[in-house]
Amino acid sequence: MTVAVAPTLAPTRSRLRPGDVLRVGSLGLRSRRLRTSLSTLGVAIGIAAMVGVLGLSASSQADLNSKIKALGTNLLEVAPGQGFGRGTGTLPDTAVAMTGRIGPVTAVSSLTTVTATVRRTDQIDVGITNGIGVFAADPGLLDTLHAKLADGKFLDAATAQYPAVVLGATAAQKLGITSVGDGLRVYIADKWFDVIGIMQPVAAAPGLDRAAVVGLVTAETYIVGAAIAPATIYVRTADGATDAVSGVLASTINPATPEEVQVSRPSDALAAQQAASTAFTSLFLGLGAVALLVGGIGIANVMVIAVIERRTEIGLRRALGATKAHIRRQFLTEAVLLAGAGGLVGVVLGAIVTAIYANTQHWQVVIPPVAILGGLVAAVIIGGIAGLYPAARAARLPPTEALRSN
Amino acid sequence: MTAALEIVDVVKTYPGEPPVVALDTVSLRVDQGEMVGIVGPSGSGKTTLLHIIGTLDRPTSGEVLLAGVATANMSDRQLSAVRSQLLGFVFQQFFLLDGMTALDNVANGLLYRGVAPSQRRKEAAEALERVGLGNRMHHVPSKLSGGERQRVAIARAIVNRPAIVLADEPTGNLDTKSGVAVMDLVRDLHSEGNTVIIITHDRELASSLPRRISMRDGRVESDERDVQVETEMAAS
Ligand SMILES: Nc1ncnc2c1ncn2[C@@H]1O[C@H](COP(=O)(O)OP(=O)(O)O)[C@@H](O)[C@H]1O
Ligand SMILES: [Mg+2]
Repeated sequence: MTVAVAPTLAPTRSRLRPGDVLRVGSLGLRSRRLRTSLSTLGVAIGIAAMVGVLGLSASSQADLNSKIKALGTNLLEVAPGQGFGRGTGTLPDTAVAMTGRIGPVTAVSSLTTVTATVRRTDQIDVGITNGIGVFAADPGLLDTLHAKLADGKFLDAATAQYPAVVLGATAAQKLGITSVGDGLRVYIADKWFDVIGIMQPVAAAPGLDRAAVVGLVTAETYIVGAAIAPATIYVRTADGATDAVSGVLASTINPATPEEVQVSRPSDALAAQQAASTAFTSLFLGLGAVALLVGGIGIANVMVIAVIERRTEIGLRRALGATKAHIRRQFLTEAVLLAGAGGLVGVVLGAIVTAIYANTQHWQVVIPPVAILGGLVAAVIIGGIAGLYPAARAARLPPTEALRSN
Repeated sequence: MTAALEIVDVVKTYPGEPPVVALDTVSLRVDQGEMVGIVGPSGSGKTTLLHIIGTLDRPTSGEVLLAGVATANMSDRQLSAVRSQLLGFVFQQFFLLDGMTALDNVANGLLYRGVAPSQRRKEAAEALERVGLGNRMHHVPSKLSGGERQRVAIARAIVNRPAIVLADEPTGNLDTKSGVAVMDLVRDLHSEGNTVIIITHDRELASSLPRRISMRDGRVESDERDVQVETEMAAS
């Protein structure tokens, strides 16, 4: 018998349009909604954890950054040296004046605790202090600390000598004072003080939030009855000169025993906090990766089951002309869509968690685009890997066997 | 007349202990436009034969020629192309996809030819009209009767205008009345010039066909042509 060996019997190859790959690949997901949503859960949780961690870390970093910015890295805090045999607990009386003579110092102010109680009226028991402390300061403190007022005025040359007081944000709240009104007074150490201002929270010196601030002279005259040696000095320097100033401060303030003077930079503590949160981030990212891995295994598992369940569909598609590659593509697409959907849900969840938590912390919400994009890409890659084996298995299935299994 | 199909000395052995010889040296020629019934008891090799004719399986030895072209050296991809363009299958269990309408099920018959979705649907609608289900297009299979489902499956098998329609016991899951309707439809396909190979274990049904091939234990027992039926069908 002679056979004409025509190179092709079918004029064209089997062909599945790209749009149809998507359509065919999403069929199984659309028709098995519950299973689809359950099997995306693992990936969703993993991605949510990662996006949430990255978002929270970015939000907290942004918050610390803005705090550092508000504080300024050119602010120095000078305190008496601490520990046994380290002096009197105060700085020399000349400390402020001496510090002011250092060239690059742009502002210097002292802040000193005074032992006294603050009460709303003289009728209230002395024992009820509301945790409010009294501080003596000079009028320059507000500017030196870059602090802001919520209402009223800060001390000036005149009011720093009279019984006038500026309240910290928390202190005002505790005393039930929301604004500075005419004739509004509080009772400090058996005297009435006019409330002339309320401060906003002070990043540089959080202790001030619970404080009633009076002028240095006022404190000496009306409360202590003696000269007050400064306990803390805040120093603002020209930009770039902070280290230099920091180096000479101790010996300028106390040339005889400079070791009794301790100089620190408040922004350093925040910077250290920033570094610490990075370490935490890596830990949680690792946990997210584990959840993602488990999610990927879950998807592979669900896909293997789907391939077994849908043998006849596979056989039918082969009979309709699908190539092995078409079948492989269908199930790979399904796995990728499954994981991608999980990734999408995870990104949204992670963003919501970030927003909620950041709001409770009064941080601005920052979700890095790289976390969103990375989350989606990671999910798609996980889906691709998870789908590899089930898709290969579906493609290998002999059509006759697939069609008989019913 | 050109041979739509020719198989020569086909043997199919399924491996196992002991191996099953499902087809034992089967040779067969079907001309274009013929309608052939394959009958025989269960396990006689009918489905195996249909799968081999339909390029879903390869013979252990022997040759399968479609439209005069040998398929033995074709790759899996080439065979897939042959199925998508030259063959239409109808199965006893219908094999419709539950998640989609009758129309989309039929349109799947053109899916692997790269036909655009709108064109697929248009041709699917025509095929459904042709099998008398123009009013059921948007029903999902679970809302159709058995007979209707099989007619949807037939529409899917013919939507790509195949050279050969292969049907494996298409009435096996149907009640008598639906079965008759489906057979009438298959006869219509034949009278329109289609080549049809239909497996049935229903002797009565088979006796109404112009050509019957009887199988037993993997061999062709008899191959009869019924001239009277042939002329009757040609006249109708
Ligand atoms: N995949 C397989 N593996 C082993 N034996 C098989 C397989 N498929 C079919 N057979 C055997 O081949 C023979 C022919 O089967 P089949 O072609 O389905 O017959 P029919 O369709 O006439 O009932 C039967 O004995 C059957 O058990
Ligand atoms: Mg059979």
